[in-house]
Amino acid sequence: MFKIIHAEFLAPGIKRLVLAAPRIARKQKPGQFVILRVHEEGERIPVTIENSDPARGTISIVVQAAGKTTQMLTALNAGENILDVVGPLGKPSEIENFGTVVVVGGGVGTAMAYPSAAAFKKAGNRVISIVGARNKELVILEQEMRAVSHTLLITTDDGSYADKGFVTDKLRQLIENGTRIDLVLAIGPIVMMKAVAEVTRKENIRTMVSLNPIMIDGTGMCGGCRVLIDNKSEFACVDGPEFDAHKVNFDVLVQRNSMYRDAEQRSLAEYRRELAEKPAGSCRGECKAADHADGDRAKDNSANQDCAIAQGGRR
Amino acid sequence: MSPTANKSLNPLPNKERMKVPRQCMPEQAADERNKNFSEVNLGYSPELARQEALRCLECSKPSCTDNCPVGVDVKKFVELIVAGDFLAAAAKIRESNVLPAVTGRVCPQEDHCEGHCLLSKKVKPLGIGYLERFVADYEQRMGNHVVPNVPPTGKKIAVVGSGPSGLTVAGDLIQKGHKVRVFEALHELGGVLVYGIPEFRLPKQIIREQLDYMREMGVEFETDVVVGRTVTIDELINEEGYDAVYIGTGAGLPQFMGIPGEHLNGVYSANEFLTRINLMKAYKFPQYDEPMLDLHGKDVAVIGGGNTALDAIRSALRLGARKAHVIYRRSDAEMPARAEEVHHAKQEGIDFQMLTAPVEFLSDGKGWLTAVKCVRMELGEPDSTGRRRPVPVKGSEFDLPLSVAIMAIGTTANPIVPSTTPGLGTDKRGYIVADAEKQRTTRKGVFAGGDIVTGAATVILAMGAGRRAAASIHEYLATGEW
Repeated sequence: MFKIIHAEFLAPGIKRLVLAAPRIARKQKPGQFVILRVHEEGERIPVTIENSDPARGTISIVVQAAGKTTQMLTALNAGENILDVVGPLGKPSEIENFGTVVVVGGGVGTAMAYPSAAAFKKAGNRVISIVGARNKELVILEQEMRAVSHTLLITTDDGSYADKGFVTDKLRQLIENGTRIDLVLAIGPIVMMKAVAEVTRKENIRTMVSLNPIMIDGTGMCGGCRVLIDNKSEFACVDGPEFDAHKVNFDVLVQRNSMYRDAEQRSLAEYRRELAEKPAGSCRGECKAADHADGDRAKDNSANQDCAIAQGGRR
Repeated sequence: MSPTANKSLNPLPNKERMKVPRQCMPEQAADERNKNFSEVNLGYSPELARQEALRCLECSKPSCTDNCPVGVDVKKFVELIVAGDFLAAAAKIRESNVLPAVTGRVCPQEDHCEGHCLLSKKVKPLGIGYLERFVADYEQRMGNHVVPNVPPTGKKIAVVGSGPSGLTVAGDLIQKGHKVRVFEALHELGGVLVYGIPEFRLPKQIIREQLDYMREMGVEFETDVVVGRTVTIDELINEEGYDAVYIGTGAGLPQFMGIPGEHLNGVYSANEFLTRINLMKAYKFPQYDEPMLDLHGKDVAVIGGGNTALDAIRSALRLGARKAHVIYRRSDAEMPARAEEVHHAKQEGIDFQMLTAPVEFLSDGKGWLTAVKCVRMELGEPDSTGRRRPVPVKGSEFDLPLSVAIMAIGTTANPIVPSTTPGLGTDKRGYIVADAEKQRTTRKGVFAGGDIVTGAATVILAMGAGRRAAASIHEYLATGEW
């Protein structure tokens, strides 16, 4: 059992949970993630680690409500427990002084990009961060990202905050302005990472993306997280999660992540029905989370590429 | 190997023993069990067990024991069954095997004890596995847990992995007075016994009971720890004060064939397929949250001929598959699966496409599997394993319609522990190097055994390695000699 020390919404449907997990806190490095299970009959899902505090023995995770498990997670509050948390999993980001690094965070992927941005800055890089979100409400970790970046650029799809547009627009502008870029790290929805890869491919800029395939054990046993890299099978949990964006077959990732779409929606629908049948007054914030998810789900249905979120997974 | 009946408790003369037929294992009817996950074999009654035990020839040099990877004293425990002292029989097995209820069910006895039984020269071998299972289950029913009372040595051992080899090490060392803590990566203990082997062959309740027994003996368990990530081997030794470490992390990542279409939706690795079913209970979706593809009315095939392959395809059949095929590139004779499982699978209606290999998975154009293109094979010259190499027959390609394909063609070494443990030697395939006699790795105080050393093998071979390791860890802790 892993106790929740602190819980707060960063945006509608996006929650930060600070957990007592001393072993993980000691070992966590940027780029790594945890797998957790909320209850005895629950699934295992990969979740982003935002940062950790080894002295206090805590880790901070960020979850966006989408499927049943993430709905349940975002309904949890301080003092409650998460049944299983295992990690830190995956290889850490490769951090060294590359020169100028552009860190791109899309939506809740910003939480995963944040510790890497901080580490790049600490290693002496010039860090230009680009944070993108659907709208003003969904921009997260703005202050945190500003603190670890030399320059922070923000875009919203609808223009309700900062500049209207996509992260790729900002990236293209940087390139057109003649900014020398030694490395790009992009973490967010698959469609965003694919778009970033296409922009940098033409310029021959080394680009890493953090992949979020279907995953069960996360320890190199089941092989569910296989991704196609340079036309060969690799496993995100032990070989990744970060891969050379120009070698990733994003279409296969999108296709494989859609494998359980129907089941996920059925699971969420049944969960909501259960919640609705609960007597009034027993709600501990679930309603709020469920309301937020309506928007997400509508988007999941309309935008096939956004299945990363429908997965209830790491972004 | 002269059979002798000196002072035997067995009332039958040897000639009479050979006339007693091997007692059949009661089992669920094939057309019932292929629709449920309850155990196939129902177990001997005390009468059947005694009757079967009477068949033992009580060889003076029992080759059954010589060929048992953990060295169970078969002759003695069988004699105790004849005498009707089933608890003593169980205790006798426990001297060398901490998981008799498991091995009694999943051990390939035909390759070990029963394969070398003197009876098998004339008639069917003694049902050693069935008898072992009987006494282990009897002991469990009686709730007879003997907790050894040994003085503590003050030494601490970390066991990495709670599969058959790790549990053997833990069980053996706790009985020597050492403190033992087992680290498990998953949320549930038992390793492959829990995520890999299905309920119909090894009920999970049996593992839970064995684990409870080990807890009573004082073994500590910690789940959700991926050694190499959550804590390293060096941290266990230098910071947590373990005097020795045993690495039994088991099978690694599944292999794929590298043929077109392996990334289609509907193509699983056997490890993933079985983990979803056994560990995550995905077949009880949506009561359980982990999903899996609905197999009702679907055509399913497994690629491979080992126990894992049969576990996967027999599970698929139980989950409503309309057709369930085994696609295996060699012939019956080379199939590595346990003989009883092949027999059971055939009874249950599994279709065996022998001497057949997939060449391409075909899709509906939207990323979903619809069929597998196969080619027929014939056996050529023997290869490095001594088995005749399968060679494709020209022009024999055909398509087999499929919704789900399960790859069960082996595993590769898990890199997590070796890549995070400086100085830990591995072979060219990435498996940890450990000497065959004492299971010592290239790092002082660090031992390893089971699939992470040998590559994918069997439960009993992993237990054999665990047993050797426990003995040499005990010796190392006593003498400090490496």
